[in-house]
Amino acid sequence: MPKNTEIKKVLVLGSGPIVIGQAAEFDYAGTQACRALKEEGVEVVLVNSNPATIMTDKDIADHVYIEPLNLASVTQIIEREKPDAILPTLGGQTGLNLAMNLYEEGILEAHKVRLLGTCPESIRKAEDRQGFKDCMESIHQPCVTSDVVESAEAAVSFANAIGYPVIVRPAYTLGGSGGGIAYDEPSLREIADRGIHLSRVGQVLIERCISGWKEIEFEVMRDSAGNAITICSMENVDPVGVHTGDSIVTAPTQTLASREFQMLRTAALEIINALEIEGGCNVQFALNPDSFEYAVIEVNPRVSRSSALASKATGYPIAKVAAKVALGYHLDEIPNAVTGKTSAFFEPTIDYCVLKLPRLPFDKFTTASRTLGTQMKATGEVMAISKTFEGALMKAIRSLEQNVYSLRMEKLAELYTEEIEEKLVNVDDERLFVVAEALRRGFSPKAIHEITKIDVWFLDRLHTIVEMEEAFCRKEVTEDNLRAAKEMGFSDAWIGELCGRTRREIKAMRESMGILPAYKMVDTCAAEYDAQTPYYYSCYDRENEADTAESGKKKILVLGSGPIRIGQGIEFDYCSVHSVWAFRRMGYETIIVNNNPETVSTDFDVADKLYFEPLTPEDVEHIVEQEKPWGAVVQFGGQTAIKLAKALTEMGVPILGTSSDGVDAAEDRERFDEILKRCKIPRAEGRTVFTTEEALAAAHEIGYPVLVRPSYVLGGQGMEIAYSDRNIADFMRIIHQTVQEHPILVDKYLMGREVEVDGVFDGENILIPGIMEHVERAGVHSGDSISVYPTLHVTEKQKETILSYTYDLAKALGVIGLINIQFVIYQDEVYVIEVNPRASRTIPYISKVTGVPIIDLATRVMLGEKLADLGFGTGIYPEAGCYAVKMPVFSFEKLKDVDTGLGPEMKSTGEVLGIAESFPQAMLKAFKGANMKVPKKGGRVIVTVKDEDKEELVEIARGLEELEIQILATAGTADCLERAGVPCTRVRRVSESSPNILDMIASGTVDLVINTPTRGRKPNTDGFRIRRAAVEHSVACVTAIDTARAILTVREQGRSADLQPIDITTI
Amino acid sequence: MKARLILENGSILEGQSIGALDDRICELVVNTSMTGYQELLTDPACANQGIVMSYPLMGNYGVNEEDVESSRPWASAFIVSSLSQRGSNFRCQSSLNDYLKQHHITGIQGVDTRALTKILRSQGTMKGMITCAENFSIHRAMEAMGAFRMEKLVDQVTCRTPRVLPPHGDQTHRVAVLDYGVRNTLVECLRSRGCEVTVLPAFTKAQTILEGGFHGVVLSEGPGDPAEHQDLIREVGAIYESGLPLFACGLGHQLLALARGGKIEKLPYGHRGTNHPVRETVGGKLRITTQNHGYAVCGDALPTGASVSYVHVNDGTVEGLEYERPNCFGIQFAAGEGTGDLFDRFAHSMKGGASHA
Repeated sequence: MPKNTEIKKVLVLGSGPIVIGQAAEFDYAGTQACRALKEEGVEVVLVNSNPATIMTDKDIADHVYIEPLNLASVTQIIEREKPDAILPTLGGQTGLNLAMNLYEEGILEAHKVRLLGTCPESIRKAEDRQGFKDCMESIHQPCVTSDVVESAEAAVSFANAIGYPVIVRPAYTLGGSGGGIAYDEPSLREIADRGIHLSRVGQVLIERCISGWKEIEFEVMRDSAGNAITICSMENVDPVGVHTGDSIVTAPTQTLASREFQMLRTAALEIINALEIEGGCNVQFALNPDSFEYAVIEVNPRVSRSSALASKATGYPIAKVAAKVALGYHLDEIPNAVTGKTSAFFEPTIDYCVLKLPRLPFDKFTTASRTLGTQMKATGEVMAISKTFEGALMKAIRSLEQNVYSLRMEKLAELYTEEIEEKLVNVDDERLFVVAEALRRGFSPKAIHEITKIDVWFLDRLHTIVEMEEAFCRKEVTEDNLRAAKEMGFSDAWIGELCGRTRREIKAMRESMGILPAYKMVDTCAAEYDAQTPYYYSCYDRENEADTAESGKKKILVLGSGPIRIGQGIEFDYCSVHSVWAFRRMGYETIIVNNNPETVSTDFDVADKLYFEPLTPEDVEHIVEQEKPWGAVVQFGGQTAIKLAKALTEMGVPILGTSSDGVDAAEDRERFDEILKRCKIPRAEGRTVFTTEEALAAAHEIGYPVLVRPSYVLGGQGMEIAYSDRNIADFMRIIHQTVQEHPILVDKYLMGREVEVDGVFDGENILIPGIMEHVERAGVHSGDSISVYPTLHVTEKQKETILSYTYDLAKALGVIGLINIQFVIYQDEVYVIEVNPRASRTIPYISKVTGVPIIDLATRVMLGEKLADLGFGTGIYPEAGCYAVKMPVFSFEKLKDVDTGLGPEMKSTGEVLGIAESFPQAMLKAFKGANMKVPKKGGRVIVTVKDEDKEELVEIARGLEELEIQILATAGTADCLERAGVPCTRVRRVSESSPNILDMIASGTVDLVINTPTRGRKPNTDGFRIRRAAVEHSVACVTAIDTARAILTVREQGRSADLQPIDITTI
Repeated sequence: MKARLILENGSILEGQSIGALDDRICELVVNTSMTGYQELLTDPACANQGIVMSYPLMGNYGVNEEDVESSRPWASAFIVSSLSQRGSNFRCQSSLNDYLKQHHITGIQGVDTRALTKILRSQGTMKGMITCAENFSIHRAMEAMGAFRMEKLVDQVTCRTPRVLPPHGDQTHRVAVLDYGVRNTLVECLRSRGCEVTVLPAFTKAQTILEGGFHGVVLSEGPGDPAEHQDLIREVGAIYESGLPLFACGLGHQLLALARGGKIEKLPYGHRGTNHPVRETVGGKLRITTQNHGYAVCGDALPTGASVSYVHVNDGTVEGLEYERPNCFGIQFAAGEGTGDLFDRFAHSMKGGASHA
């Protein structure tokens, strides 16, 4: 059936801010889908609260609403735009839930809006626990057997029926506390009794234990005629028990014989048919490794993280096809853009091995529990492709950028064998390396399988790698070994380290033997058809397929930003993609290198060529040797790309824009201080110290409070604010726990207003699209601050100063392109905090709000054009006629044991934007977008703040009180409020008997907690427990006094009823 | 040990020996299946072929006694990128390498199978020779390949004597399967539909079958060029005339087409994999099929009164025919679990139909 011509205007729902479990993959899917819809002449209306996305660009959709993803705001948009249909399956769980909500509230019906892709009934069947179970039963697909019981007796009789072991999950306890695995009747009685006691409703779920089974996924696609295909199969290296988002995943399945494979493939097709999904769908299975028994774990009736991975793994554009299917096309009517000859009704077959590794945030959250389980913790992922599993694994490890570039983790080498054996039992982010270490210590793959349940085939592959390491340690650097090692993905640097040679020596040696990388194409069809996709990966096979024929255009190498992690998110993909588009428009041939399967930049038709490779000097050098680019761009790919600047310069590739020396000057403290001095720009007074004594002396000289931090780190890692000698002693002790080669910096902490600018500099002129002001004062990482554009409190004179400092610094650092500067305004004086001569995380939102195409301008400037000729002027760009508030979004509920208190170290995973005509309204929208409930009249707020904040709290509390919001406070804070004449109710401290503050939070009767942390890194303090209790009971919790004031402002001046959606294409 | 694969076009690919060490000449074909190597090796349609697997990792789950399509492997050579030294699966009984050795299949690994695939795709199916000899003569190899013929393969693979297999469950029909190279899967699909299956040698006379009291006949799949079997074609023609329900698969479908005046063409590089899309010409229903064929019925020279029932979505090749006579149809793609509806149709056509005694 051809396209349904009744559908002329479609509303697409995005997935909102990046949080753990819902990341960049939906920007990729949404962007691809919007482009597919526009290709069909459909008018696209897009709603997404996340401003860092490419999908919210004016050239992706016709109408773009960066608005909260809730019923009220989307209803308003529906009323205004009157779409014919809504496409709910591209915005993750957020989009799907919202669409269901709109349907259930009758809003779709009232406005005659159709749900495209999948009908509400199908969604309900897939999403509702009982509905899903019933549906699976009706088509004879087995689910994991489970039942809810209220007594140990009932638990035992159910367990007898389904067989041991069983998992006991108490109802309504957090993180499943009180549950466990029972292997026999006595242990079940004990665990069930305890669980029933702990559960608020006296119930436990008894579930058949399938941990240790293989976890298999299928991506499936179906059209309205019922034609269905499987696009990709995936097998988790980690057996059932670890969330698939945190698992090591391979595609296709590796250890399934044809019979098991066909059995599950057939089941996946039967399931998508039974659910009558029109579009993409993901089916997860658990497969008993010792029989043909299996169970359906979960079905996602939408595109997902796995479908992004499957798209990149096979070359099959799932989101695009899903969008076209939603418009009514049948699969065989949609051409396969990769081959041009085949259609979308085609099961991709691949001739390589794909491996995905999760990027976990434990480098940032050092106190968090590293255990992996059913709650996803990864912020992002990397994918690698090779001819062998070993090769893909080693490349993926390098892509993670976690200072480990092989299977060897140094700290594990120091452990006793008994300790290694103990660690094998732990399922955490280091298990892969523990397994490798165990193999090195002589454990057999079979023995490790017994403990870990990881399939022996995977363990055999790791064993091969370990054996190859050992051969090099024995100095057996033969041609055969070198070739085999390169096929296994060993880097030259790693081989060199093992056998005591340099990376260069190994490179020279293997090149003399003709061991060179070859690039192969990802083509969906294993070369069965001629394909022209310039989507490549490296291997060490003989034939090199990369087409390096001269296009007559100059080649530009754009380095991507790798996996999404805290501090380096989707915004850098936005920048990379926009620069690629800018270069293409200007007639250059673009080559992108990246390894993140979730992103738009790794879509095969974004750049002229895509190399799916690790972003290390060696891997990039191979591409450089292959492509011989005219220039390389590093300023858009975050720290990942910047780090490669020096290596590229050494390879003889000109860096376009700011040179690597300019980058170095901004990061090297001494050089930077010199520049500031030369430009006569003030910065906070500071000292460089090594010992605690020196630190104390420095603090006394400068005067408290001071900022203390190791000098080598970026992004505020390890930075603390010290108010006293005791703080200094504490911090220095922590810092010294790791060996310090670099000095420690002690700077005056200027407790002022933080201001940030992004600028474009062409060597002569500067353009500042907008100045942003942070709500939280200096001390909270800029990524975690609420940021407001245009500024509210910055005077014209201060703006002039900011402009001239920005110009001076850009000039002094030799910036060509982007510069980002953070300033603090303290006692009417403007100080510089930090300068980054590269793209920043605020670029996407400022571009959208101001209408200045910042990346496009920066790209042109890098190619020698002058701002004066580009139509956006110079100096500070005129302010937009609206306010935009960028609000950080955190994923604390996913990470146990992480302190939610804000400080100099970044903790947020994503952001939302609120746009409105006034500041309070914009702020209100931002709160709504971040799904943070601001207390209303009659609401209750708990306040407990550190001494430094008490004075300011009084004003805020008085304001809340006037709004008839009840204030509860712990003793110290209450004393202070009462002295100031603000009435409040006292609550008991954590250490006092029940009911205390924690019980209050747990009771669900509190709307907001205002708790400002006493500085330091002590978990288990009262404050830490209060903040965690708030997160775990879904109570809003603010940890900076300025954020609390912002809430008051919104309550006083913001009015939900007056909020109007704004189409940013009309700004 | 080092091994070389010499192609008919003179190219030489180097790798390491796997399986048997004997020199082996074969017809090279690429298969894009990512699993199912054991089923492929034992598929009689692969007789004398050197199977090039485009998926690089082979032998991962080893081999077992169950996943076989016939009594023994028929492929003569196996060309892969990388072979697992041991298999891992609960049914695994030995490694694929040991299996290849045991069954005298010569193999080579470490070959750039993607490059080889592209050669075969652009230059068409060709012969190849695997040798472990250090001092091989390219001239002699070319001569030997020149003399090598893919002939009389059905004679090699068909059974020598009839065998009767009882149905799974209650018996509803008696079916004759002409074994041109039948796969166990096809037989099992019939047995699980209540058919008592009599597998007959390919050269069984039509008269014998018609007198056998069968309710229906299946012409099985098999290897090679159908046109060389004029004797078989004659018998197939006679079975067609009898009016017995007739289900023709693969080679059997080609023989039937020839018997009814159709023509056969050789495909440039064949259809071999589990991902081939076909469209039903009536109604447009699509299905993904497993295919393993190098010949096909010509779309512009169809058998008398026959119409095309299935076409390949990618290249428009004829993938199935519907005959004017009732209860007679043929498919080019593999008959198996995924084509259960066609077995049902065949079973249905036999329902109540008296045998032609």
